[in-house]
Amino acid sequence: MSELSVEHLLGIKYLKPNDIDVIFKTADHFKEVINRPIKKVPSLRDITIANLFFENSTRTKLSFELAEKRLSADVINFSANQSSVKKGETLIDTVNNILAMKVDIVVMRHGNVGAGVFLSKHVNAKIINAGDGTHEHPTQALLDSYSIREKLGTVKGKRIVIIGDVLHSRVALSNIFALQLQGAEVKVCGPTTLIPKYISSLGVQVETNLKKALEWCDVANVLRVQHERMDIKYFPSTREYTQLFGINQEILDSLGKKIVIMHPGPINRGVEISSDVADSNDSIILNQVENGVAVRMAVIYLLAQQIKR
Amino acid sequence: MSRKTLLNSKDIEIILHRLACELIENHHDFSNTVLIGLQPRGSYLARRLAELLKKEYHIKNLELGLLDITFYRDDFRRKDTPLAAETSEMNFLIEDKKVVLIDDVLFSGRSIRAALSAIQSYGRPENIELLVLIDRRFSRHLPIQPNYKGRQVDAINEERVLVTWKETHKKDAVFIKLK
Repeated sequence: MSELSVEHLLGIKYLKPNDIDVIFKTADHFKEVINRPIKKVPSLRDITIANLFFENSTRTKLSFELAEKRLSADVINFSANQSSVKKGETLIDTVNNILAMKVDIVVMRHGNVGAGVFLSKHVNAKIINAGDGTHEHPTQALLDSYSIREKLGTVKGKRIVIIGDVLHSRVALSNIFALQLQGAEVKVCGPTTLIPKYISSLGVQVETNLKKALEWCDVANVLRVQHERMDIKYFPSTREYTQLFGINQEILDSLGKKIVIMHPGPINRGVEISSDVADSNDSIILNQVENGVAVRMAVIYLLAQQIKR
Repeated sequence: MSRKTLLNSKDIEIILHRLACELIENHHDFSNTVLIGLQPRGSYLARRLAELLKKEYHIKNLELGLLDITFYRDDFRRKDTPLAAETSEMNFLIEDKKVVLIDDVLFSGRSIRAALSAIQSYGRPENIELLVLIDRRFSRHLPIQPNYKGRQVDAINEERVLVTWKETHKKDAVFIKLK
């Protein structure tokens, strides 16, 4: 099968294992494309894509825009802080006004959980969720798994620990779904205040000792401490957080084995990860960024394929 | 479903030798020439020709690439079945090179049109030629003709020309069958 079972990419939880396979195989081809002297294919010449970012983003927005342009789609960008949203327009009105300009695919980041699902029920376009609140960020999870697959050959059977601010992280939730779908084992590690209570219901074990977590795993996916989402104090001080949960070369050297280090970015250098680790050979942080373009090209291509003319 | 054999393995072997000789006539030692098979079906022919040129005709340093044209096709979103891509294996640039595109059957010419667009991503070649095993000459949608051809076939549109290779189907043969 070379088709997706879903009509939109709203979250990893709606995907089947075969969907991930199809996306990764297609991404392999696009990875070859983006390493050519001319990194562009004409497939989506007659498709228009709107990137609607109601929340700030640098990497994801650039990555999506580049993926769209490399597929030759027409792209329009929208950021909430310079728009009529501030004048009180509703989400459906905003999007329908954009769709009136004949847009086929909407890539949306929104602060509210479920914004993508809501939109998919009310507007006539393909929706790709680029992050909805603290819920899901499916393309990030896909590119994370794709990067693990590239580095270790497969995701199945691997042990991945997600470290840090799991509570506020859509990356963590999408990653848990994606990794389990592919047969990996997942643990989370962080201050108990930043581990959601429901986490065990997802079949994920909690480890509060960083050293033990690292000794167990093949891959450590280090999350950013999301200060901007913390309305109360979740840990006494950044210094204490770094001492207990920060990844540095010293703790990695003490493991007696190599593990793969990932980070979805942006990095707080010296907080959740030290600079020498982030820039080391065990870190695949920049591979994640490169793979992000290929994976997003694959998702957009596969969804666009369903749009009949 | 009736089918008749157009070429058997002996016929194909003779044709491959002739095509190899025609290529040598124009490209000498292949120092500035690259062969590019179109994925998936043209790759078998391209690999076979490259092997023949190396072993029987002692051509050294022959460069062979396999090109997938899926993302350049003009029927994206026009078909009910999805277009699934194959791997491209192009480990060289074609800037100022002579390119020989290789496919098994030339029918509408649309694949070749797509290949001509795809190949631009790897540089500006000196020229591009086309080699096909079977040329279905009355079925073209575009003004595209082969430079080298194995056999010309005047099949009607309801007929299908099917090439099998021993790598995948145990024997080399070309069949013609009613759709």
